[in-house]
Amino acid sequence: MRQVMDQDDISRALRRIAHEIVERNRGLDSILLLGIHTRGVPLARRLGNTLGEIESRTVPVGSLDIGLYRDDLDRRPTISLGPTEVPVAVDGQTVVLVDDVLFTGRTIRAALDALVDLGRAASVQLAALIDRGHRQLPIRPDYVGKNLPTAQAERVTVRIDEVDGEEGVWIVPADDGEGST
Amino acid sequence: MKNLLTTEGLDGDVIAGFLDDADEFVEVLRRPIPKVPALRGRTVATMFFEASTRTRLSFEKAAKALSADTMSFSPGTSSLKKGEGLKDTVLTIKAMGVDLMVVRHSGVGVPWRIAEWTGLPVVNGGDGAHQHPTQALLDCLTLRQHFGSLEGLRIGIVGDVRHSRVARSDVFAMAALGAEVTLVAPPTLLPLDMVGWPATATSDLDDALTELDAVYLLRVQAERGGASVFPSFAEYRARFGMTTERMRRLKPDTVLLHPGPMIRGVEIDQEVADDPRMLVLDQVANGVAVRMAVLFRLMGGVPGE
Repeated sequence: MRQVMDQDDISRALRRIAHEIVERNRGLDSILLLGIHTRGVPLARRLGNTLGEIESRTVPVGSLDIGLYRDDLDRRPTISLGPTEVPVAVDGQTVVLVDDVLFTGRTIRAALDALVDLGRAASVQLAALIDRGHRQLPIRPDYVGKNLPTAQAERVTVRIDEVDGEEGVWIVPADDGEGST
Repeated sequence: MKNLLTTEGLDGDVIAGFLDDADEFVEVLRRPIPKVPALRGRTVATMFFEASTRTRLSFEKAAKALSADTMSFSPGTSSLKKGEGLKDTVLTIKAMGVDLMVVRHSGVGVPWRIAEWTGLPVVNGGDGAHQHPTQALLDCLTLRQHFGSLEGLRIGIVGDVRHSRVARSDVFAMAALGAEVTLVAPPTLLPLDMVGWPATATSDLDDALTELDAVYLLRVQAERGGASVFPSFAEYRARFGMTTERMRRLKPDTVLLHPGPMIRGVEIDQEVADDPRMLVLDQVANGVAVRMAVLFRLMGGVPGE
């Protein structure tokens, strides 16, 4: 298990992403951040706080559980569900989806389907803390914390303080039993 | 978990898991498009060999909100009329391509037999006076939403307990979540054998009344013989009905539940039925979310696991 980011690296990456979001969406009017369960949610919250500091305003932050939209529900044991909380109507908003690791793109496909059922966003952007490549769908991120070249069989483990009680990003070799994503 | 046939023996954690999922489905049902694709391509057959409106519609709505297809069966218009046996009927319907059956039947144990015969996941939608597990789950969800938890909650189940599959299912589910359940009924309407029931019993409603956090009123089941064991409905109301007078003596935060259909003027007075502390419509709304949770849990994973 090799550590590739520590807590400070993650903070710096999120700060840079926040500035890029401001730059691309002047004034942050009608921005809505939606974190994807599980670790996207605290990341979205932190991004929201940073955006708030930069622009001296509050930015709405919500959460999206994509379990019911997965394309592999019949290939895995029954999943448990997390809350979906969207603080403002999605219609007409510029939605920034926030996730920890962008890999095959299937989670984002599911998130887009979930989002469409919630309303008609003006546009949708994607922020990922880690982009590890190996996409299986035509999906690309708008904001990336760190590009991490990996082998397909390797795993990337992200731990976030609010969820895991520790923080960092690690690459787990293919034959190692632990880790996720 | 393959089937949901009874609440007896279900772990508190398992029940809480259903309720946790149901909380999320309550949110799904409030969305502008109250529908998710989770069970696309799956088919649910509702096999109701006994009359029902709300339970059947509730299961069908739940299946559709999960994007499953539904098929329904009613004995009145079926080949059962021509003399086809139960086993042939269910195997025929299975052969059409069904992934789960919801079964209601007046015979105790029929859902177990159908699960055995078909090998399909089966949800018991009510078998005789025995079990009605999804009703118990929706009752527990309604109470958990209102009180935050059932731990230590004092619940009185009042009325025709002997003929009530609702009472039987509720007693085990509520007790598994930590509630203290008291059954209140005339001696003739208490179960013949309460061995193993995690509940106490009394025939004095007025004595129990002021201690209760929730009062669950049951309908007198005339069709199962419930009305033949007391002299008159007026007398039943006088001793076991939730009258306006009894309502005044409840603790101010005590709530009322009812499985429906309510018979106003017998187990509940006209005005009491419309009191804001009567949660019957919350129960009905929660029924759809709970049944989504059950269908999702039984069909949402790898088939057969």
